[in-house]
Amino acid sequence: MTIDWSWIGDHTDDLTTLSVSHLQAALSAVFLGLLISLPLAVIAHRIRPLRGFLLGLSNVLFTIPSIAIFVLLLPVSGLTRTTTVIGLTIYTLVVLLRNTVEGLDSVPAKTKEAAKAMGTRPLRTLLTVELPLALPVIMAGVRIATVMSISLVSVATYIGDGGLGQLFTDGFQRNFPTPVIAGVVLTLLLALVADALLVALQYVLTPWTRKRGA
Amino acid sequence: MIQFEAVHKRFPNGTTAVHDLTLEMPEGGVTVLVGSSGCGKTTTLRMINRMVEPTSGTIRVGGKDVLAQDAAELRRSIGYVIQQAGLFPHRTVLDNIATVPLLLGWGRRRARARAAELLETVGLAADTGKRFPHQLSGGQQQRVGVARALAADPPVLLMDEPFGAVDPVVRTQLQDELLRLQKELSKTIVFVTHDIDEAVRLGDRIAIFRTGGHLVQCAPPAELLASPADDFVTDFLGSERELKLLSLTSLKDVPQTRATPLRADEPVSAVSGDGGRWRLVTSAAGRPLGWLDTDALPATGTAGEAPLTPARALRDTDSLLSALNETIASPSGCVARVDADGAVTGVTAREEIHARAAAAHAAAGAGAARTADATRTAHAESPSFATTATPTERPA
Repeated sequence: MTIDWSWIGDHTDDLTTLSVSHLQAALSAVFLGLLISLPLAVIAHRIRPLRGFLLGLSNVLFTIPSIAIFVLLLPVSGLTRTTTVIGLTIYTLVVLLRNTVEGLDSVPAKTKEAAKAMGTRPLRTLLTVELPLALPVIMAGVRIATVMSISLVSVATYIGDGGLGQLFTDGFQRNFPTPVIAGVVLTLLLALVADALLVALQYVLTPWTRKRGA
Repeated sequence: MIQFEAVHKRFPNGTTAVHDLTLEMPEGGVTVLVGSSGCGKTTTLRMINRMVEPTSGTIRVGGKDVLAQDAAELRRSIGYVIQQAGLFPHRTVLDNIATVPLLLGWGRRRARARAAELLETVGLAADTGKRFPHQLSGGQQQRVGVARALAADPPVLLMDEPFGAVDPVVRTQLQDELLRLQKELSKTIVFVTHDIDEAVRLGDRIAIFRTGGHLVQCAPPAELLASPADDFVTDFLGSERELKLLSLTSLKDVPQTRATPLRADEPVSAVSGDGGRWRLVTSAAGRPLGWLDTDALPATGTAGEAPLTPARALRDTDSLLSALNETIASPSGCVARVDADGAVTGVTAREEIHARAAAAHAAAGAGAARTADATRTAHAESPSFATTATPTERPA
């Protein structure tokens, strides 16, 4: 199995376009997942009886096979990027929701109590005390969700999307390994770079977790 | 002034935390709430800023019913120092202190400037402001907690066992600082502790609670120690009750006799036993170095080089208790007295200190008996048990 470097040289534009499309699908899913998880996590954190239901639901959704999700979505959004993103978003919920709830749980009762005793109202406490303190745990979830989404985008090749996943189908159909290898390597690279950037982002956002002062 | 009027607190699980509490906490004074755990002292404190809502009764701060005010706004107007500081781990020390000013809409610049000022007030270095709470020692965190409570200059300060989590040495320092601050600021302070020594040290008035949320007695420390209301209070004050009373009396009015100390550079050959067996040796500046045994003088050398028994010199601001303690340790039976600069001014004999201690105790007892009579009269007129708490404020 050898790599045809000339093919790669001829297709750099395609590879770039596919990488960007791939990343865009994955990041949209994580972003939407966060947007949905945050309010749900606050509800699950505050209203105990709903916690089991919401976390259970996100688990159940995760067990639905990806092809089934796409098939179910076809009547709604057809063979579009929207279908890809909705499918991926559903999968991110299992990590994002659980980590956000756990993050909120990890905020010390004493700290919340202090905020209340100083005269901070509940919404401000949530935004300026609870969420910042939950950030390390939430970010751990975001990292997993991001890497997971980047690896999952390829599945959407079934519905004609799939970013770098299209290289796999192309390679298999022509029994030509170069696009497959390029797709795997680029997917890995995207995942590694995205994860590194998230680590850097967390470092900037949570100065208090560092050993020495800002 | 903070007023409790027939306040009850029953929790949903049926336990009564505070039972029919009527109590006044005077303006500009420190009222200490003491009692064993589960006696309702913390609940009482937390009802003042509505962290706990009373089941019935009225609580007024500065004449205004707390329940008639917006809870968040009320809390911003009352300083609160929480157990183990309770600082925000994600905010710098400066931002922690600026919390309430920012909530009040002061603007970041003014809030920060105020925070920096308070850092100095509570005795912390300016560069502490940029650090995060976990980078500070327990004692430093506690100081930040006090600064945060003082930030918006509230007239009332609630302190819930603020010095419970630091070691005894740091605790004493923090208590001293609080007394110093209170002298400058004259806040109305409500302080919760389970440590009776802390209560005696800090309180202008001490309110003792018994399990079930009953206030048993509320009185100035001297009166409480001299004349406990019942066996519960007596037990709570402990077996060293009389000694604690002596800790409240200073040496200011205790007479001293002129001392004839030896200078450290005088040769021992010149020392005679005429001034008694034990002679006080001082430095050139007149500071006491220790007691010299004239029965066991070395053959040569100066008084300063001879073996000395250490002397702990006492200032006028020290307590009779410290003096009594020193009479036990001093081989001569006398304590050395010094001025504010630490130079010897004279000595006081053990007998004199014992006599003063007994007199101080008798005087406190007599004073307590007078108010106790007033209490009985007030008690007879009012069916509420808690009136014993505020005998002097009640019309007889």
